[in-house]
Amino acid sequence: MAAFFKQRNVIAALIIFAIIFPFITNNTYFVHVMTLSFIWMIGVYGLNLLAGYTGYLSLAHAGFFAIGAYALSLLTTKAQLNYWVAFILALIITSVLGLVIGLISLRTKEHFFAIYTLCVGYIIYLVIDKWDSLTGGIRGLIGIPGPGNIGPIEFTTPVSNYYLVLFFLLLTVLVMYRIVHSLTGRTFIAIRNSEDLAQTIGISTMKNKLLVFVISTFFAGLSGALYASFIRFIGPDIGYISITFDLLTYLLVGGIGTLSGPIVGTVLIVWVSQQLQFLQDYRMLIFGPVLTLLVIFYPRGIVGGIAESLMKRKQKKQAREEQLVMAKKSVAATAASNENR
Amino acid sequence: MLKINNVSVKYGSFTAIRDINIEVEEGEIVVLLGANGAGKSTTFNTVSGLNRPFQGEVIFEGSRIDKMSPDRIVKAGIAQCAEGRKLFPAMSVLENLKMGGYVHRRHRDQIKKTLEHVFELFPILEEKKDDPAGSLSGGQQQMVAIGRALMAKPKLMMLDEPSIGLAPLIVEQMFEVIQQINKEGTTILLAEQNANAALKIATKGYVFESGAVVVEGTSEELFTNDEVRKAYIGA
Ligand SMILES: Nc1ncnc2c1ncn2[C@@H]1O[C@H](COP(=O)(O)OP(=O)(O)O)[C@@H](O)[C@H]1O
Ligand SMILES: [Mg+2]
Repeated sequence: MAAFFKQRNVIAALIIFAIIFPFITNNTYFVHVMTLSFIWMIGVYGLNLLAGYTGYLSLAHAGFFAIGAYALSLLTTKAQLNYWVAFILALIITSVLGLVIGLISLRTKEHFFAIYTLCVGYIIYLVIDKWDSLTGGIRGLIGIPGPGNIGPIEFTTPVSNYYLVLFFLLLTVLVMYRIVHSLTGRTFIAIRNSEDLAQTIGISTMKNKLLVFVISTFFAGLSGALYASFIRFIGPDIGYISITFDLLTYLLVGGIGTLSGPIVGTVLIVWVSQQLQFLQDYRMLIFGPVLTLLVIFYPRGIVGGIAESLMKRKQKKQAREEQLVMAKKSVAATAASNENR
Repeated sequence: MLKINNVSVKYGSFTAIRDINIEVEEGEIVVLLGANGAGKSTTFNTVSGLNRPFQGEVIFEGSRIDKMSPDRIVKAGIAQCAEGRKLFPAMSVLENLKMGGYVHRRHRDQIKKTLEHVFELFPILEEKKDDPAGSLSGGQQQMVAIGRALMAKPKLMMLDEPSIGLAPLIVEQMFEVIQQINKEGTTILLAEQNANAALKIATKGYVFESGAVVVEGTSEELFTNDEVRKAYIGA
């Protein structure tokens, strides 16, 4: 119970920190970087539900991120729709494409699924890159509007954008929390454990895998749509494989299959790479080995590693208490037998 | 209740079971005996829908189930308690049990009642209900596995080698519980290498050898059959 409250306090502290962050820094560049990392986090959460909780490593995630971004951009610039109508349509379009692609790719498993989705992701990238008349090809799209007003609330300043993205992030975390702690979430975990076993207890694995795939692409699309209206211009490179691997790196470092992993990993890497920007691409010389070591020694990332050591400490404490009780009992027993004599 | 007619199953080009015929009547305890690799689990997985027969048919309560998906077969009333007490190790005992009631997830009252029943059969599980299932002893894990199968409220329960790796005393308890479950109205199909214990509670049995049924009969017949005694009872 104490742990529960502690966890609760940590979460409350984090939320308060996120809310007051723009006021403590007073630095628009930092606010910008933080907003961007919140956007990535949303995508990482989507990937986490599929790869972490269900065990299906999708490498098409940048593709869905790009679909969300392009759908929003095209609907606002070319179709001139109202921003929020376009926003919702972009999410629907991403999810429907997720459903179709899921139906096909979920016929494969494990490595084959990863390779298959890698190809799917690359095809999405190629389509965006080559379909000049629609997507603008390598020139990309410019003049994407920022988020439209909601009643009297405008999103014209960096700080207001920051809060909008924070709102969507909190919503994402809440939804993820609810899913993971529901029967549906346990169903996903059961599938990760063993698909055969899941089936023998009556779970329709295909239906559930499709569900998690669509949810996962929905959040990739959400992340992409927010990105497009935050950066205001996009090119095909946002759908490139390297974005998928960025997302995956955030997830692996933070902790795959954990609820706070996406936040920890993303914040850490985004800020560290900001600090190391002077190294340019040589950053990878540092990231590569660190990531390798982390995956070897902490397969469930930073969050998983911490949880494990807390667990061990708790078990040790329990064992010690049990020993103490045993010792007391034996002392009492000898005392009693002495009295009897 | 369950009829397996002329069923053969292949893994690739290897035929794991050949022309199997098994019949289970309602209320019975039927045991499949056989050494490792004889084809017992393959037979179970075929009834569960995890394997597709290459030939023959499986009929449950008058309808064919050999083309049904595994989840529909569970809904139809067949639950399997798989070999090696496969649990969800990170989930708590309670969560594992609740997962077993997955097909009845919309009937919370029923799940609650069945859960109480499982705790009556295995009081130790109620004590340990919040512990991760992976932290339990072998015998307790087997109880969770049986309890989880019970949560589906099956008409037919298939237990794949429930005694494997357990101490003799615990095996005895396990078989008592299986008998109790049977008395309460669940038909049982049991796979065992431990013929001695299994035949004591079974009504009839089938002896498997390299993918085929070589002997079948009532428990008494099998118990007195010289070959069976030599091979599986060791007397
Ligand atoms: N998934 C599989 N792929 C290939 N061969 C298998 C598979 N499962 C079982 N077998 C083979 O099928 C035969 C029967 O195995 P099984 O049904 O597990 O026997 P039992 O349960 O009686 O020990 C064995 O020879 C085993 O090696
Ligand atoms: Mg077996």
